[in-house]
Amino acid sequence: MSDPNKISEREVTDPAVYFNRRQFLQTGLLAASAVATGLAYRQLNPTSTGSVTTAPLAHLVTPAATTTVDNGFRATEPPTSFANITHYNNFYEFSTDKEAVAAASAKFDTKGWQVSVAGLVNHPRVFDLDDLLKISPPEERIYRMRCVEGWSMVVPWAGYSLSKLLALVEPLGSARYVAFESLLDPQRMPGQRGEVLNWPYVEGLRLDEAMHPLTLLASGLYGRALPPQDGAPLRLVTPWKYGFKGIKSIVKIKLVAEQPRTTWNEAAPNEYGFYANVNPEVDHPRWSQATEQPIGKSGRQPTLLFNGYAAQVGHLYAGLDLRANF
Amino acid sequence: MKANDLRFAQWFVLVNAAVPGALLAWDAAHRQLGANPVNFAILTTGLLALIFLLLTLLVTPLRSLTGWNWIIFSRRTLGLYAFFYAAAHFLIFFFLDRGGNLASTLSEMVKRNYLIVGSLGLFVMLPLAVTSTNAMIKRLGGQRWRALHRLTYIAAIAGVIHYYMQSRKDVRQPLAFAAILVLLLGYRLLVAARKSQSAPVKAAAAKPSSTRPA
Repeated sequence: MSDPNKISEREVTDPAVYFNRRQFLQTGLLAASAVATGLAYRQLNPTSTGSVTTAPLAHLVTPAATTTVDNGFRATEPPTSFANITHYNNFYEFSTDKEAVAAASAKFDTKGWQVSVAGLVNHPRVFDLDDLLKISPPEERIYRMRCVEGWSMVVPWAGYSLSKLLALVEPLGSARYVAFESLLDPQRMPGQRGEVLNWPYVEGLRLDEAMHPLTLLASGLYGRALPPQDGAPLRLVTPWKYGFKGIKSIVKIKLVAEQPRTTWNEAAPNEYGFYANVNPEVDHPRWSQATEQPIGKSGRQPTLLFNGYAAQVGHLYAGLDLRANF
Repeated sequence: MKANDLRFAQWFVLVNAAVPGALLAWDAAHRQLGANPVNFAILTTGLLALIFLLLTLLVTPLRSLTGWNWIIFSRRTLGLYAFFYAAAHFLIFFFLDRGGNLASTLSEMVKRNYLIVGSLGLFVMLPLAVTSTNAMIKRLGGQRWRALHRLTYIAAIAGVIHYYMQSRKDVRQPLAFAAILVLLLGYRLLVAARKSQSAPVKAAAAKPSSTRPA
């Protein structure tokens, strides 16, 4: 009689078949794991960039291509692409990853935005954004932008000189500096839930720097309203200084007598000064500032003193030790 | 474990470790590396080198904790990938960021301390890559080979410090790498401490009492 627990020789799978099946399974497993690894990589490094659309600006003034005096309002280099300007942003209020700011800020709502202009002025006032933007029609200004990290762009901003706003509120004789403050709202700015920087972001300029015609209160980019990732609805642009001086999403402007504190200077005093003028001769303590990587081009290019605006702003710093006052 | 399965395990590591590099090359060929492609490629290869260094260091603790002895065969492959990604990291910096200019590379290295630390990490990996073949293990002898390959610790420490030093402000990721490295190296210290503690006892016990001088 046959033992039910005994398997006859004929019933045992042929080793050749067994190993084939095993090999087949292993090949499948190998392929599946490679796909999984690929998907994980893709998840961490997405290639698709969302599109950005904001309202076109009405009454945009485009300055003539040729002006008798070079005021620096129109850089001659071709502007960086809109896609790159809107997907490579240092805006720690949303993310410390430059390529993640666009997505993190996409839903940022600026409805009901107000800007307080106060301090040592004759006419302190809280402006509704629309009223503030009506002070002067937006002009297109094509500025070079040099980031302290060693890359650069050419950006077609839209806005008007800060001096126009300051003239309206009339600074007192005792005012010597202008202090700026960004929105503080961890609900709308998720990056502020972490303590990477001391929130809110604050910046400052000397009054003569603030009154310089190049100093722009920008509300637009490429002829459209400023997208969130670039500092909506209102930001500062000082093209001869490193990009971090260009404070974004401004809610407060205050005229003061003493040099105001500034965020990056407080975060690392030996690395970021109050002036932060672009200067290829004065290195960042941890890296050289002699060259820069232009975004959208291959190869680095030399960095220029005051980012190429020495003719326009050099006189502001006559006699100042640029190495000590970096 | 069957030779068949061992081969599978080796292919598993070989293929999966190549996937990120292949995708990076693919994205580069299709101009999909974002606004600052050179910077992105440098950062990504650097991160991959660090990840593979940590994976290499994970093999030994994982093996003794789980008893999966076969994973030891993936260690050299993982280490070689760490070296490949670190070498790519340096070569992209040298050729694409510095334009292949040796003077500019050297002057940059003098100005940036973190480049010196990073170079040290890559430099110590060089003899490890060269001695990664079976023939070299035989020539050196297992003990000497293992001693030499402890340089991996130096490479990993230098790599993590290099990553930390170049961060502008947000150091959460470098600190995460550092924490994992501390665990992996701490495990080895613990094992070594335990060994040296028990070793003298064993030696004494092994000594027959009759040989004791009277």
